[in-house]
Amino acid sequence: MSSPILKLVAQRIALGVVLLLAVSVLIFAGTQILPGDVAQSILGQSATPESLANLRAELGLNDPAYVRYFNWLGGILTGDLGTALSSGQDIATSIGGRLWNTLFLAFWAAAVSIPLAIGLGLLAVRYRNGWVDKLISGLALASTSFPEFFIGYLLVYFFAVQWQIFPGISTVYDGMPFLDRMQAIALPAAVLTLVVLAHMMRMTRAAILNVMQSAYIETAELKGLSAIDVIRRHAFPNAIAPIINVVMLNLAFLIVGVVVVEVIFVYPGMGQYLVDHVAKRDVPVVQAVGLIFAAVYITLNIVADIGAIVANPRLRHPK
Amino acid sequence: MLNIRRIPIPALVGLVLTALFLFAAIFAPLIAPYGNGQIVGSVWEPASADYLLGTDNLGRDLLSRMIYGARITIFIAVMATALSFSLGAILGFTAAVLGGWFDTLMSRFVDLLMAIPTLIFGLVVLSVLPSTLVTLIMVMGLLDSTRVYRLSRAVAVDINVMDFVEAAKLRGEGTIWIIFREILPNALSPLISELGLRFIYAVLFLSALSFLGLGVQPPDADWGGMVKENKDGIVFGIPAALIPAAAIAALAISVNLVADWILNRTTSLKGGRG
Repeated sequence: MSSPILKLVAQRIALGVVLLLAVSVLIFAGTQILPGDVAQSILGQSATPESLANLRAELGLNDPAYVRYFNWLGGILTGDLGTALSSGQDIATSIGGRLWNTLFLAFWAAAVSIPLAIGLGLLAVRYRNGWVDKLISGLALASTSFPEFFIGYLLVYFFAVQWQIFPGISTVYDGMPFLDRMQAIALPAAVLTLVVLAHMMRMTRAAILNVMQSAYIETAELKGLSAIDVIRRHAFPNAIAPIINVVMLNLAFLIVGVVVVEVIFVYPGMGQYLVDHVAKRDVPVVQAVGLIFAAVYITLNIVADIGAIVANPRLRHPK
Repeated sequence: MLNIRRIPIPALVGLVLTALFLFAAIFAPLIAPYGNGQIVGSVWEPASADYLLGTDNLGRDLLSRMIYGARITIFIAVMATALSFSLGAILGFTAAVLGGWFDTLMSRFVDLLMAIPTLIFGLVVLSVLPSTLVTLIMVMGLLDSTRVYRLSRAVAVDINVMDFVEAAKLRGEGTIWIIFREILPNALSPLISELGLRFIYAVLFLSALSFLGLGVQPPDADWGGMVKENKDGIVFGIPAALIPAAAIAALAISVNLVADWILNRTTSLKGGRG
């Protein structure tokens, strides 16, 4: 029984690796082969011919594009992300701590939002068409319409400035005590939670409602189980696969949200790093960080696929 | 046919607010009390009779900036949506009608583009492109056209097998005729409800880019850029940055309400589809 699953899982992973390679080509192409010269756009219109030639040589722009691509890819595969143009620092070293900071933030946002979303989704099904349900629909509308910085600065305005409960700027440093660190990330994690919560709740609700229309649910109701027991013992296990999918999609969404949220709270993570270097037109950093974001995004999507296959036996036997 | 009393209240609110924003955008120079870049007072003055929303980080009238900001925000979002729709829909329809290698190639390429989060790829591309309005509109439109492509292709594949399309093919009409005269009119209603969502997405995407300092460049500012300009006041308890942020939220919600209502109307007319 386990071998067809393993085969399917291996297929998904292989597909993901191919996709990631294709994405690396796209990211490379996006920064290199666009109209105009990268060196020119980095230095601006007033650059002297000598400095242009120097920068071209430094970037290796005199080689053909495919040579540069394979050099770049080879470097990444061996853990060498290159050096930043603006500061001359090794990119891999600068990213290390920041990646950990970003994952820490995203982890706590996920740890709060996932159980909350599933619990509230179950509640919405239990009291469907009641006020709880309406509230959730309203929240979902709001969360798809509110920009992250609106929620972010609202929270800062009240929690950091008016009531002074949490810091409005999330400073973290190495060796920071765990509780201090948690207090520092409270507001950014709350913003991320609010951004993904409503969508996750609504999808959980939809997934369970879909299952609730099955015949075995009616049987369970007719044999006299309480509403909560029907959901807990019959509806929920069957709704797990779509819920895993929703959760993973929203985790992928966190990746994008994290960029803006880190800038709002001046949090030293990957998003802040990316934005700073886009503004400085520091192409090697942008490529490396862009690729890491894309890799995390693709990995989450593959995990969602695999989770769905493992949770739902029907997906293991494609027609 | 369209009785105002039969429009549900949320949709009515959405319509009125959307109209208000559009009005502000179109007639900005006529209704703004002060000029866009005109410095009228000191920094971050509170709201008063002279400056209804107070002044911003350089002492410019916030209300006037908001009105001009509406113009820039809505203009760029409309242009980007128009680009993503025409491009996505035409390519999607063509792929559905032609099938074969064109369809496979386009669809795989779109899959590939969608495998990277839009904001991340947008940032990667903007790191080498000059920051002009045209680049911004092109990048936003092209990236968003992937979603329109998927929808239009899916809709067109269904329509393409219907009898009237078959008849048109048999009487020898060309691909252009099939796409614009047979498929387009029948695909309009699902596409129109999508239009609202894509517009909201464009507004939010633009705001995020400008907030990150990579969208509209000063001295012009869209609402996202105004949040960036005034964000440093927040820690001193000056809520100036919240006003443009709230405007973005209000615009997005009102368009959403209208789009929901149109979706419900068209689907009930069609008798189904959820």
